[in-house]
Amino acid sequence: MSETTMTMSGASEPLKFHLEGEHHVENGTLLGFWLYLMSDCLIFACLFAAYGVLGRDYAGGPSAAQVLELPVVALNTTLLLFSSITYGFAVLEMQQNRRGPMMAWLVVTGLLGAGFIALELTEFSHLIAIGAGPQRSAFLTSFFTLVGTHGLHVTCGLIWLVVLMVQVSKKGLIPANKRRLMCLSMFWHFLDVVWVGVFSFVYLMGVLP
Amino acid sequence: MSLHPDLTRLIFGRLTWHEFLPEPIVVGTFIVVALGGLVLMGVITYYKLWGYLWHEWFTSIDHKKIGIMYIILGLVMLLRGFADAVMMRAQQAIAFGHTQGYLPPDHYDQIFTAHGVIMIFFVAMPLVTGMMNFVMPLQIGARDVAFPFLNNFSFWMTVSGAVLVMMSLFIGEFARTGWLAYPPLSGIAASPDAGVDYYIWALQIAGVGTLLSGVNLLTTIIKMRAPGMTLMRMPVFTWTALCTNVLIVAAFPVLTAALAMLALDRYAGTNFFTTVLGGNMMMYVNLIWIWGHPEVYILILPAFGIFSEVTATFSRKRLFGYASMVYATVVITVLSYLVWLHHFFTMGSGASVNSFFGITTMIISIPTGAKIFNWLFTMYRGSITFEVPMLWTVGFIVTFAIGGMTGVLLAVPPADFSLHNSLFLIAHFHNVIIGGVLFGLFAGLNYWFPKAFGFKLDPFWGKCSFWFWLVGFYFAFMPLYALGLMGVTRRLSHFDDPSLQIWFEIAAFGAFLILLGILCMLIQFAVSFIRREQLRDVTGDPWNGRTLEWSTSSPPPKYNFAFTPLVHEGDAWWQMKQHHYQRPLGGFIPIHMPKNTGAGIILGGISTVFGFAMIWYMWPLAIISFVALLATAIGHTFNYHRDYYLSAEEVAKVEASRTELLAHV
Repeated sequence: MSETTMTMSGASEPLKFHLEGEHHVENGTLLGFWLYLMSDCLIFACLFAAYGVLGRDYAGGPSAAQVLELPVVALNTTLLLFSSITYGFAVLEMQQNRRGPMMAWLVVTGLLGAGFIALELTEFSHLIAIGAGPQRSAFLTSFFTLVGTHGLHVTCGLIWLVVLMVQVSKKGLIPANKRRLMCLSMFWHFLDVVWVGVFSFVYLMGVLP
Repeated sequence: MSLHPDLTRLIFGRLTWHEFLPEPIVVGTFIVVALGGLVLMGVITYYKLWGYLWHEWFTSIDHKKIGIMYIILGLVMLLRGFADAVMMRAQQAIAFGHTQGYLPPDHYDQIFTAHGVIMIFFVAMPLVTGMMNFVMPLQIGARDVAFPFLNNFSFWMTVSGAVLVMMSLFIGEFARTGWLAYPPLSGIAASPDAGVDYYIWALQIAGVGTLLSGVNLLTTIIKMRAPGMTLMRMPVFTWTALCTNVLIVAAFPVLTAALAMLALDRYAGTNFFTTVLGGNMMMYVNLIWIWGHPEVYILILPAFGIFSEVTATFSRKRLFGYASMVYATVVITVLSYLVWLHHFFTMGSGASVNSFFGITTMIISIPTGAKIFNWLFTMYRGSITFEVPMLWTVGFIVTFAIGGMTGVLLAVPPADFSLHNSLFLIAHFHNVIIGGVLFGLFAGLNYWFPKAFGFKLDPFWGKCSFWFWLVGFYFAFMPLYALGLMGVTRRLSHFDDPSLQIWFEIAAFGAFLILLGILCMLIQFAVSFIRREQLRDVTGDPWNGRTLEWSTSSPPPKYNFAFTPLVHEGDAWWQMKQHHYQRPLGGFIPIHMPKNTGAGIILGGISTVFGFAMIWYMWPLAIISFVALLATAIGHTFNYHRDYYLSAEEVAKVEASRTELLAHV
């Protein structure tokens, strides 16, 4: 914008109508990705709304209080929250251009995320085994879809994490890769925030009488 | 030779030979389409155009070419959607008493569903997106959009959805549920065949394209405006594009979620919308309209933007009430989220809820009315010339005012209880979508065509097209208002009361006039191409325009502007002309440009295969194509060489040839 103010000053001078040099447009990737995240957030909003509508429709099947086990979920939540912190450490290392430590933190993040997914799958298979699968009632339908969609997102994040680690090891911490790491960082923290919602709204409130 | 039945079932899912070309009408259509396709392919091969198409168009990441491809897609699909309309009008004009008409109910239901789906998703949306894609970056003085590859990818995802809908014509059937596929009718119990699955996958795949294109254009407007172009200096079309893309990003995820839930109910046996085990089908209706009502404004806002540009240009005046136009647009954007329930007052949510949504619906007509007055005041004491775009605009103002008034009438809940799902409603929304969206897009098409191709569209055939469309519209839909008031409901393929027949015959005559309007438009394209030397415009500014897109050549060079424009006020190009701006003839610099890529069309192709496999339960193919999709997408991210510099000499050469052309004006 500095060029504009230059041309605007000095009323006697004729107005300039084009830039002499190159127009350096700010990179829009982070904004664009943020906009995408907000749209993704709306998908979760719909799934939360569906759970809000159907979450007490047990259809004679088990209720949330009967099937959800808080200790498992507490462990699960801890894993995911810690993985957000470790991703934060990775970004700090990235900003120092220290590739080795950054990669190490990314590995830790990935392992914590994989642990989260493994626990979630265990929980799901247990529920299905006791006859509380997604087809059983509208409550279980909306529960599995909401939690499962979140899990699917985390899985995508894990695949993305691995791809980025390969790309960083091939190309180094070039600006394009740093930008991608920042995008994944936003994605990862976003999933964390969504999980806080899932944990409070579905699990904590679900086990209330 | 025959495969083991289990193996056949594994590979082909539920697809069998019985699904191909089920009816004589469809067979006839198939022969015509197949012959047409073969001729087209033959011509392309004979003139060796495949390479040209691939390198210059299919893999192009140039926003102008992608915009043009979107518009071509929209126009082609318009022909399909209109063919459906003609079939319905013909059926309803003859199917009285003992005459059953020529369409069995089962087929008729597919036709009205396909008509709605195609017209909204694959005609109006591509035309709107194409218009925004082509015009908006030029209007803000940008070289391209923020994410050029994503733009190409979005386009091919939209094509993929359109291809799936077209496939349903010949393989299997389309949904028989109406264009929004309400459960329980769209559930697996009532619709066990592949029709609803075609619907779901076509819309989900095209929806990915729409959403990403929304993110892309939004980022472009926020980040890439020319220096000096503050928000309140943006052309009104860019403003409406901004608001429309906000709506796309904020509304389409809801459609995605609703369709995903419907898909889960159908594929996995879950209970979102079932009638047993606690499902709630009205949740679907709510969700689909939370997307659906903003969708209406996604379509109409850019049309409002087009009318604003056209009115100012052809009245030779600055647009009246620019600021109020912007605020009206923003207010409509916000209000469009607060009215969805007026689509189903009859759900019975109670008086207070219905009043709330009735009142918000009526309020939305205030900013819309303000816009109408702004256009009228722009024309007031302007030196108006009635070129074709201006004709569409005036036709719009009259027609849309009527549609708006019937809309306010429908917003009154007690009135809606008797008009719900009647032909009055059908007349109303065609009144605003044809008279608003389509007229706007045709105005835009005639207005910006010379910018895209360097010659104007033939005005004689343009005027013929306009008058046939306008008169045809009134003949086709005014009878439907009358029928609706008499209580005739929508989606009927047969009637008992012979006194109604005359109204349907008048409506069919209207459809025939519209057919002539469409034919005139096709002739207009052909005649304009043949007469292109007479219609040629070398100035780049054939209408004496006001905004930046008219400051560059027609068609614009790849890089749009040799130097980025500096903006000092609203009508930037108008001001440049007032100051006798001389375009620079030297001192060019290399320009940073994105490279073409085939990744978009490949991903779109694989998506089509994936969608088809899911529709027909071909699980192995679905898994393979999904993995291929993922692998191709990841593979594309390993390509780091996505841009290049167009050398200063190259730019100088292009600009010199334009200088030479301008010297002969």
